[in-house]
Amino acid sequence: MHELSLTRDILEVVLQHAQGRIIRKVRLHVGKLAGVEIQALRFCFDVCAAGTYAEGATLVIEEIPGRAVCEGCDKIIELSSLAARCPCERKARLRIESGEELLIKEMETESCA
Amino acid sequence: MCITCGCSEDGQATLSNEKGEHTHILPDGSVLHHTHEHEHEHHHEHNATSAETTPTLSSETPPPSPSQQPHHHEHTHHEHTHHEHTHSHHHEHTHVHHASPHASASPQSQPLELHLLERRVLDKNDRIAERNRGWFAGRRVLALNLMSSPGAGKTCLLERTLREISGPTAVIEGDQETTMDAERIRATGAPAIQVNTGKGCHLEAEMIWQSLQQLPLKEQTTLFIENVGNLVCPSLFDLGEHARVVLMSITEGEDKPLKYPHMFRSADLVLLTKIDLLPYLDYDLPRALQAIQEVQPDAQILQVSARSGEGMEAWYTWVQQQWTSHHQA
Ligand SMILES: Nc1nc2c(ncn2[C@@H]2O[C@H](COP(=O)(O)OP(=O)(O)O)[C@@H](O)[C@H]2O)c(=O)[nH]1
Ligand SMILES: [Mg+2]
Ligand SMILES: [Zn+2]
Ligand SMILES: [Zn+2]
Ligand SMILES: [Zn+2]
Ligand SMILES: [Zn+2]
Repeated sequence: MHELSLTRDILEVVLQHAQGRIIRKVRLHVGKLAGVEIQALRFCFDVCAAGTYAEGATLVIEEIPGRAVCEGCDKIIELSSLAARCPCERKARLRIESGEELLIKEMETESCA
Repeated sequence: MCITCGCSEDGQATLSNEKGEHTHILPDGSVLHHTHEHEHEHHHEHNATSAETTPTLSSETPPPSPSQQPHHHEHTHHEHTHHEHTHSHHHEHTHVHHASPHASASPQSQPLELHLLERRVLDKNDRIAERNRGWFAGRRVLALNLMSSPGAGKTCLLERTLREISGPTAVIEGDQETTMDAERIRATGAPAIQVNTGKGCHLEAEMIWQSLQQLPLKEQTTLFIENVGNLVCPSLFDLGEHARVVLMSITEGEDKPLKYPHMFRSADLVLLTKIDLLPYLDYDLPRALQAIQEVQPDAQILQVSARSGEGMEAWYTWVQQQWTSHHQA
């Protein structure tokens, strides 16, 4: 359940940045190959945000599809998992271009006024 | 599907009662209980929609709608810390004003501000990992991160290795509970520190940093880090190690690399352990090797038995090679 420690790090970043403002929304990019269970992340976020300025904030998660270049045939292939292989040859090395992202993009808070 | 926490009814680890109370059984077996405020949830959805119609960063003005009067302004913001530097910068904040109060617990009159963060979630861990790496370099320590499922033979491998390898050694032992493994290690004469992660199922760079403050290391030490037995979580967390060793015992079946590709993909070396049991098992060795190579074509693979000693010399040679490739002699 590394989603729990990832959530703590996310909350640390947003709460520190918010400097006491109430956080209403946090937007993340999570790659399909990042090794993160989105369901678990959402659950942890709600549990960990309770009692903080991020309590009740909406977690918007954009899933980034996995994409790799096959070094066997030079084609760009979609990867649904890290165990997926290129049809050209099972042992062909895959260079991952996207899908490993784990980013805090932005957040919305109530006004600093 | 519950919008607030994203838990779905068909997920085997979630139990819900008619009052909307949820019990989640997390993958590590712990149980968490919570309720959902539905008015609150809907109110948030409403806000999400109105904020989304507002351009976030561009200077164009969105069409005003009866319920909101968006305006846009820039102001100097607080400090942002990035990888190597700290600096202040401007960023734009979009404020959305709701004219009409909405039936909800949260104050509606508050305008919203947008903050751009663009921060890697693992940034903090990775910065501490870099610090650990610097610490190792300064003391000429070689750090190896050993990972596997529970019981694959990490501690047994280390016990034998520590008795047979030359030069100073030390061990950081990660387990959720107990100090038993550290005691097994100390019995070989090597210094060891036990990190108990409690509910945590992996070691993080900060735990290594803390351990290093307590573990007196001689120059030229080979530091073995036995991660928590788990084939999922530890792979995400750089500890500052020089190389990763993933153990897979032949009693676990041949397909582990395909089932846990993250872990195997990050391996520099895969040790197939308990190879002494080969005559007693119906183990498809070529299939296991093929599975490793498919997921991680760059990994070296060695077959070892900490019990019989078979293959151990090749493992010690690999450790020596790490010395040459990571610390110029
Ligand atoms: N037959 C055999 N059993 C082993 C070997 N290495 C470890 N074991 C057994 O596997 C079990 C788990 O070993 P341990 O080192 O504690 O695993 P860890 O959880 O990965 O640290 C113990 O009962 C060991 O006796 C080996 O090389 N051969
Ligand atoms: Mg152990
Ligand atoms: Zn975990
Ligand atoms: Zn191909
Ligand atoms: Zn729930
Ligand atoms: Zn800001």
